[in-house]
Amino acid sequence: MHNFEFVKPSNIADAVQAMASEGAQALSGGQTLLPTMKQRLAQPETLVSLTAIPEMQGVCMGEGGLHIGAATTHATVAQEAASLYPGLAALAGGIGDPMVRNRGTVGGSVANNDPAACYPSAVLASGATVVTNTRKIAADDYFQGMFTTALEEGEIITSVIFPVPAKSAYVKFNQPASRFALTGVFVAQFDTGVRVAVTGASNNGVFRWAEAEAALSKDFSAAALAGLSVDASEMINDLHGTAAYRANLVKVLTGRAVTAAR
Amino acid sequence: MTKVSMTVNGKAVSAEAEGRTLLSAYLREGLGLTGTHIGCDTSQCGACVVHVDGKAVKSCSVFAMDVAGSEVRTIEGMANADGSLSVLQQAFQDNHGLQCGFCTPGMVMASAALLADNPKPTEAEVRHHLEGNICRCTGYHNIVKAVLAASGQDVPAVAAE
Repeated sequence: MHNFEFVKPSNIADAVQAMASEGAQALSGGQTLLPTMKQRLAQPETLVSLTAIPEMQGVCMGEGGLHIGAATTHATVAQEAASLYPGLAALAGGIGDPMVRNRGTVGGSVANNDPAACYPSAVLASGATVVTNTRKIAADDYFQGMFTTALEEGEIITSVIFPVPAKSAYVKFNQPASRFALTGVFVAQFDTGVRVAVTGASNNGVFRWAEAEAALSKDFSAAALAGLSVDASEMINDLHGTAAYRANLVKVLTGRAVTAAR
Repeated sequence: MTKVSMTVNGKAVSAEAEGRTLLSAYLREGLGLTGTHIGCDTSQCGACVVHVDGKAVKSCSVFAMDVAGSEVRTIEGMANADGSLSVLQQAFQDNHGLQCGFCTPGMVMASAALLADNPKPTEAEVRHHLEGNICRCTGYHNIVKAVLAASGQDVPAVAAE
């Protein structure tokens, strides 16, 4: 790994200032970034650790729903959101392994937007708001394709606000070696309708399945999906699964998520 | 190089580190605590698991500077004060929970974190919790038995035996 300057600011203003320097990169839990740096796929000149900023930590109910500080670990979300937003807590508790969950954070996952990460599906299905040091970004505007987001250079996610659905569930089909989602589906039933977000499947990253949303908004049951099919042309096709296989998984897992929703 | 200080196994320590120095390297090369093993260095195998402020982490995927000032516990800090094996370590020995022993430090540290949160886990909970720890000898059944025994539960004949 190439060396870098390490800084660990204790407030957002100092973090923003540190991020303004040439070659600066934000570090949260580092569970993706460290392996990436070891492979020299990332070579930041300055690494700005965001884990010592109190206002970026914690889980609480507030205006617009469940507020989760961006540097809150998956383990903390799994525990503290369990009674507030069970579907989201279950998703957080299923990421990686216990050690990864003790370091990895919601902000890190959402900023990286790995096409096989779990969190983007919850953010999109919940219609969450990504809060940064400068603005609030609606989930529908935030995700812009694999590893691509609306974040500007140097912009830092400070929290994510999740509206809490009446019922929700996330079901993923693990890629057996990496345990990333080969495909994962988050279903969220709100009074205003159902949102379905799919991760792991598409070449365009996380996406909403509009046909399923329409069908499930009328009839929230797995049977409502019977007549639907998923276009395989935009699906990821690799040695772990063909595009057609992933397209089928989207439908199967959506049904399972609807059945599991509570 | 900068002096990085933390508390390791109850003792205040410091050693030189660069930004890129991993916690695993800091422990092994900076402090000479070679009980923490590096198996894969890609955060897959779990041989490097230590506790940071009571939480199990993979020390190959944490920068030493990022945990400066923390309380760290490694396998060297697991034995009783008189040097005898802890209940969990003894259970690994009694149940033949190690073969080549390479994964054992990580297995013990991950299991200790489980038992701290969940003192009487089921067999399924033990297996699920150890998902991030790989035993290259594939000695999982006896590892699971050891953790169940350390929790004071009867050790059943485990599945697939």
